[in-house]
Amino acid sequence: MHRGKGMKFVGDSRVPAMRKPNIPKDYSEYPGKTEAFWPNFLLKEWMVGSVFLIGFLCLTVAHPSPLERIADPTDTSYIPLPDWYFLFLYQLLKYSFASGPYTVVGAIIIPGLAFGALLLAPFLDRGPERRPSKRPVAVGMMLLTLAAIIFLTWESVVTHDWEAAAEQGKIRAEVDIDKNAEGYKILEANTCLTCHGENLQGGPAAPSLVGTGLSAEEIANIAKNGQGGMPGGIFKGTDEELQKLAEFVAGLKAE
Amino acid sequence: MLNKIYDWVDERLDITPLWRDIADHEVPEHVNPAHHFSAFVYCFGGLTFFVTVIQILSGMFLTMYYVPDIKNAWESVYYLQNEVAFGKIVRGMHHWGASLVIVMMFLHTLRVFFQGAYKKPRELNWIVGVLIFMVMMGLGFTGYLLPWDMKALFATKVGLQIAEATPVIGPAIKTLLAGHHEIVGAQTLTRFFAIHVFFLPGALLGLMAAHFLMIRKQGISGPL
Repeated sequence: MHRGKGMKFVGDSRVPAMRKPNIPKDYSEYPGKTEAFWPNFLLKEWMVGSVFLIGFLCLTVAHPSPLERIADPTDTSYIPLPDWYFLFLYQLLKYSFASGPYTVVGAIIIPGLAFGALLLAPFLDRGPERRPSKRPVAVGMMLLTLAAIIFLTWESVVTHDWEAAAEQGKIRAEVDIDKNAEGYKILEANTCLTCHGENLQGGPAAPSLVGTGLSAEEIANIAKNGQGGMPGGIFKGTDEELQKLAEFVAGLKAE
Repeated sequence: MLNKIYDWVDERLDITPLWRDIADHEVPEHVNPAHHFSAFVYCFGGLTFFVTVIQILSGMFLTMYYVPDIKNAWESVYYLQNEVAFGKIVRGMHHWGASLVIVMMFLHTLRVFFQGAYKKPRELNWIVGVLIFMVMMGLGFTGYLLPWDMKALFATKVGLQIAEATPVIGPAIKTLLAGHHEIVGAQTLTRFFAIHVFFLPGALLGLMAAHFLMIRKQGISGPL
């Protein structure tokens, strides 16, 4: 910057009175088809950004973000699941060499080594070569890590019971259940509540009994013969009791 | 009119060199998808920044409704999702943007890695980039708790157990994050909120400024 004798300033400030002309630099001497960032390339970036934004908005409209029921710390049967980008770590901690007394291996040592190596990559891979084919060790390690992450995430996804997970997190309608009703007593006597919950709200192994949309006959049939994961023969009462139970459950409507 | 305003300000503050030094730089042919389509891999970094801006803006709007306390957090998110005009869209943008920023950042990291662009003289920029990666993971982890629904609470419990497994300082880290050595509750939610909304974004902005300053100073790495 020009400084010193002969300089004129705006008032008593340090802003020079001689102003720099507001014209773009000349890029004609640059090699190849070099382009100015401002404003030529920025305009193209904005166009890419707009297309990206439209796709992104379509995603948010097509798939509203999920919300499960309010957190209940007393629910000990809930099977937790982290967000998808932590699944590989979650899966790693399920293996016997990385859990229990060896948790420190799965939780700290392996991820720590991986992240440490990533952080220090410029100092581990010091050669001047940049082409992947010329630095097989660094590229090989990265490909191996990538394969491990993809494998662990995949394993985590296929071993997770997604239906049970969707069921256990559902927002359930609050319904006042008459716990003195005869139907409720019959449910209690036949151990239905063990799986379907005290408020018939359902649980990890059983759906909610509120607002099933089934008729009394269908419910009686399920109570006797079972359905899905529920075995038959759980109901052990009389036909009259079965009738009362089915009518009670069929009458439970979500508000 | 606009030109006159610009000249008036420029005469007093000499702003032309300020923004020209930042914005008026060259884009080499090998990074320009207009000339070589395969150069689209150079877009990942910019798209990460773009999604980050979306995250900051949508997050600012979310805090207009969100209440970080265990009684109202879930209720406020439910209200935002179902009652507030465009609440579903804004929350959706923040929710999906969180995943997208991880994807884009991952792709950007892989591009830089496989091209060996982290080599001398760009080691420091790589380190700052990996730190940004960690801050982003932290943002994802702390943000996951805030809706205070079932999966949020239980995933956070698992995450805190992982933190606790750190030798020596593990229990201290857990207490620092959760506000209690055992309970994951009201204190945890307010701490995660503070970390998610103030601490980590502050760190992120600082690191991103360093990241961009360095790339402007050094220029983008040359063709392979």
